[in-house]
Amino acid sequence: MKSFMILSVFIIFISFAISQTAFAGNNTVTMLLDKYHSEGVSQFDANKGKTMWQEQHIQKKTGKPVSCAACHTSDIRKTGSHIRTGKLIEAMAASTNPSRFHDAKNIEKWFKRNCKWTWGRQCTPQEKGDFLLFFQSQ
Amino acid sequence: MKQKRLWGTILLFGCISLSMATLAWSDGSEWGENNEHEGKGFIQQTAGVSSVNNKAYKNECSSCHFAYPAGFLPKRSWIKIMTTLDDHFGEDAELDAQDAQGIETYLLNNAADQRPNRFSRSIMRSIDSRTTPLRITKTPYFRHRHREIPTRMVEGNAKVRSFSNCLACHSGASQGSFDEDSVRIPGYRFWED
Ligand code: HEC
Ligand code: HEC
Ligand code: HEC
Repeated sequence: MKSFMILSVFIIFISFAISQTAFAGNNTVTMLLDKYHSEGVSQFDANKGKTMWQEQHIQKKTGKPVSCAACHTSDIRKTGSHIRTGKLIEAMAASTNPSRFHDAKNIEKWFKRNCKWTWGRQCTPQEKGDFLLFFQSQ
Repeated sequence: MKQKRLWGTILLFGCISLSMATLAWSDGSEWGENNEHEGKGFIQQTAGVSSVNNKAYKNECSSCHFAYPAGFLPKRSWIKIMTTLDDHFGEDAELDAQDAQGIETYLLNNAADQRPNRFSRSIMRSIDSRTTPLRITKTPYFRHRHREIPTRMVEGNAKVRSFSNCLACHSGASQGSFDEDSVRIPGYRFWED
């Protein structure tokens, strides 16, 4: 009887854990933030992320000012659109689009491409963490 | 005591199957969508160009624009596109080597010089064999078929912006259909006038 009790508690715990990952908790973001911590960042700031999101930079090839918000919109709860191709881009905010930010490889791939294209350089672990907190905060 | 244990077991399995079911359900909607596209594509395949049915290609090459059918450009064009992704029409579309390899194989197997359907043959015939076009929209066949459409309906049209935005006018494009009958330029009911 006792072993049965232990077993059932164990199984309930496991099934609970599985359903948690399927629903809300975003382990991917936590994992990335941990990684940036280990790369030397002490603290992240969602407000900083929000400010950088709007910052205008001169794009190298077009010579025109762009920002992250140009394609993703400044209200990240809204659907954006690619400034050149017009293709719609789903909202970035965790609250309106919980399907985002579950694939670390994809997140890093787009940070690399979009930072290089928009800012002309890669984003630092600090900046990436600030952005991720900003997305989660909206 | 026995009775209690029985109920405990039933409750336990109830919990487990419920959490499994939610998992299965969230996956299900994703797959359902893909299957639907592929299903329609199959019917259209004989009429138009093959619809895109490669998952990696769809994932990686349709985030900034519609996933162009491989059958609209020859092999040599796709090779050049896939080896210059870090400067892709002024964007950065870099992939890691493994993903790039899989996508390139798919594109080459379905390229215009590989799959002789109506559109692919016309495109192949229209391009000079000494050139390697990087854009479908720059091939003589494409230009010829779209020559009557004025710029105000394309660049000057906020819902289109560019000829590269096939899907804006060809609503069946994701299923491989570019039928003249299913063409509609947003904002213009009768484009021919
Ligand atoms: C030229 C348009 C454009 C600009 C400018 C742009 N992005 Fe993006 N971004 C995209 C597209 C397209 C995608 C991929 C499509 C999608 O995920 O819906 C994307 C995806 C992302 C993702 C991945 C999200 C996920 O679900 O994993 C992140 C993170 C991101 N962008 C951050 C940024 C940041 C930070 C900037 C500014 C430095 C920026 N973007 C500027 C077009 C742009
Ligand atoms: C980061 C965004 C981005 C990604 C990712 C991307 N592209 Fe593009 N692509 C563009 C832009 C921007 C254009 C130019 C569109 C225009 O001029 O309107 C373009 C144009 C093209 C064209 C020419 C369309 C025409 O005018 O005929 C082809 C072909 C193409 N892309 C193939 C690909 C393939 C294959 C992949 C995947 C390996 C890919 N693209 C991924 C941004 C992207
Ligand atoms: C501005 C709207 C618009 C855009 C964008 C556009 N097309 Fe078209 N396309 C048309 C129209 C209109 C026709 C019909 C022309 C005719 O009837 O003479 C057509 C015809 C065609 C045809 C010939 C159909 C047939 O049955 O012979 C093909 C193939 C085609 N388009 C492919 C494409 C591809 C591929 C793209 C993207 C790279 C594209 N189009 C983008 C409007 C558009």
